[in-house]
Amino acid sequence: MTILFYLASAIAIISTLCVILQTNIVHALIYLILSLLAVAVIFYVLGAPFAAVLEAIVYAGAIMVLFLFVIMMLNMGQHTRDQEKSWLSARGWIAPGVMAGLLLVQLLSVFAQIDQDLSGQRIDVMAVSGLLFGPYVLAVELASILLLAGLVSAYHLAKK
Amino acid sequence: MLKLIQDTLISQVVTLWTVFRHLFVKTDTVEYPDEQPYMFPRWRGRIILSRDPDGEERCVACNLCAVACPVDCIALQKAEKDDGRWYPEFFRINFSRCIMCGFCEEACPTHAIQLTPDFEMAEYKRQDMVWEKQDLLIDGTGKYHDYNFYRVAGMSIKDKDKGEALNEAKPIDVRSLMP
Amino acid sequence: MTLEIGSALTIGLILGTVIGVAAMLIWVERRLLGFWQDRLGPNRVGPFGLFQVVADMIKIFTKEDWTPPFADKFSFVLAPAIIMTVILLSFAVVPFAPNLGIVDSNIGVLFVLAMASLGAYSVMLGGLSSDNKYALLGSLRAAAQMVSYEVFMGISLLGVVALSGSFNLREIVLAQEDMWYVLPQFVGFVIFLIAGVAESHRLPFDIPEAEQEICAGYHTEYSGMKFGMFFVGEYLGLVLISSLITVLFFGGWYGPAFLPPVFWFAIKAFAFIAFFILLRAAIPRPRYDQLMSYGWLFLLPLSLINLLVTGAIILNSQ
Repeated sequence: MTILFYLASAIAIISTLCVILQTNIVHALIYLILSLLAVAVIFYVLGAPFAAVLEAIVYAGAIMVLFLFVIMMLNMGQHTRDQEKSWLSARGWIAPGVMAGLLLVQLLSVFAQIDQDLSGQRIDVMAVSGLLFGPYVLAVELASILLLAGLVSAYHLAKK
Repeated sequence: MLKLIQDTLISQVVTLWTVFRHLFVKTDTVEYPDEQPYMFPRWRGRIILSRDPDGEERCVACNLCAVACPVDCIALQKAEKDDGRWYPEFFRINFSRCIMCGFCEEACPTHAIQLTPDFEMAEYKRQDMVWEKQDLLIDGTGKYHDYNFYRVAGMSIKDKDKGEALNEAKPIDVRSLMP
Repeated sequence: MTLEIGSALTIGLILGTVIGVAAMLIWVERRLLGFWQDRLGPNRVGPFGLFQVVADMIKIFTKEDWTPPFADKFSFVLAPAIIMTVILLSFAVVPFAPNLGIVDSNIGVLFVLAMASLGAYSVMLGGLSSDNKYALLGSLRAAAQMVSYEVFMGISLLGVVALSGSFNLREIVLAQEDMWYVLPQFVGFVIFLIAGVAESHRLPFDIPEAEQEICAGYHTEYSGMKFGMFFVGEYLGLVLISSLITVLFFGGWYGPAFLPPVFWFAIKAFAFIAFFILLRAAIPRPRYDQLMSYGWLFLLPLSLINLLVTGAIILNSQ
């Protein structure tokens, strides 16, 4: 399980780096999907199968499909690739690089304080749904109302 | 609502059932190389040249078939025998152009050119699709068994003068004053 | 040599059987379509034309595998691999018999749904990377259709999940020992059937690859074995949907005892495969906007009402 965790983490990190460095937007999206799937595997290894599958269904399966859908509508060609390449200059890297490095140091210091136990207890679907419709029922209902409002307004816009 | 159910569900189910019943209907396929399909006698297939009941060529080389042919696939050359009968010196049909329309058969005044219910004419070489007179000419009379052009037509040949054909009156002498 | 869940032998057997069945469907479909149209179908190669599959495979393997120079090669090659991988992975959670299956997972239903949603990428990337108008139109249609019908597919399944109280496909089958879920969940079954056809983009919902409108849709530019993978992937999807219907609504391997369980599973799954082919033979393709409005305005409310009523009845009976 530990090997699986580190493997998935490595894939997630490398593919996320590829997302940033790719100039072809479709390839970048494929790497992003890969990264999300790797995160799903990490969730599974950490004992949250429900979260893992939802990650695959919702993020990798639905939201990224919509990203791809939008990219299909736009006319991406060589000129966008050239534009991307010009943005990836060394000077543009300095500020985000420093900030990301600071974040990494912070993250590592936090990790150093908690004990790294990968064999945490498994949280199955029942437990998650018990929590969602128990203590957090108000948040779930509010989110569903927000989604319903979004649905109705999307329908209204499409009707026009 | 009822109409929606009728449109979306019931009509689809009826369609499915109707198509499913065709599993038990005899197939219409004729497995051709193994079993021959029935060809109707007037089916327009391979073109032949027929002979009259006496065994002579019916074709009188009038060129009407070649004129009628919409794709110009018929070529022939007129010649004349000693007894006054016309015949084609060569008669050539390019079957790679022929569209089996049957116009030549309709145009023919002597029932010589006829279309037959044979369709197995595939060749490997295009040149083999050009049929000469010896390929086209058959020994029979084709679809019209008793017809003989020279016996019914007013054309004079050796041993038969004008007015001697079947159902034909003697020619009228227009210079005579007799009634 | 016993067959158990997850042994290497079982995995090999299931993989081989599933791909073999999907390949044989090329012949089965053409033959059945022939009979339903009062024809004979392929009957020349071998007994009853059985070796037609072999002939087709030889043809597809030896064809030129051509990648268009204007295509995006990376995604172009990736696309057909995705659909095969994703559908074969979905078979991992399908229980074929009491002790025959690959994984006994607690999230089986969700795993299948996740894989189905990933399958959309195959079609989308295939169309997008081809750099071809027809392919792009096809993959646009595919994206909208698959994303939409995933929703109803998921919601129609929840009735079954609520009744059996588990996402585990094996436990769902075990819960159907007394009564198949097709009886209490008939509406859910119909919605799942329709959504399954749309999800595997089979006729009559083959709008992404509608030959008469947009050539071959997303696989217009594909040839050789890459096209073959799309082709077999479609049949694999057919087998998967049929197996899922069998597992979720028709009691999986349960049946009278004179046949072994796996045979009952095969018979039921084949009946649904034949039904899908009958759909192809009988029903014309709807227009694209008709499909979408039918889904969102009719199937979505219906599946939500079905879920609501099921939940109410379960709560009431407790």
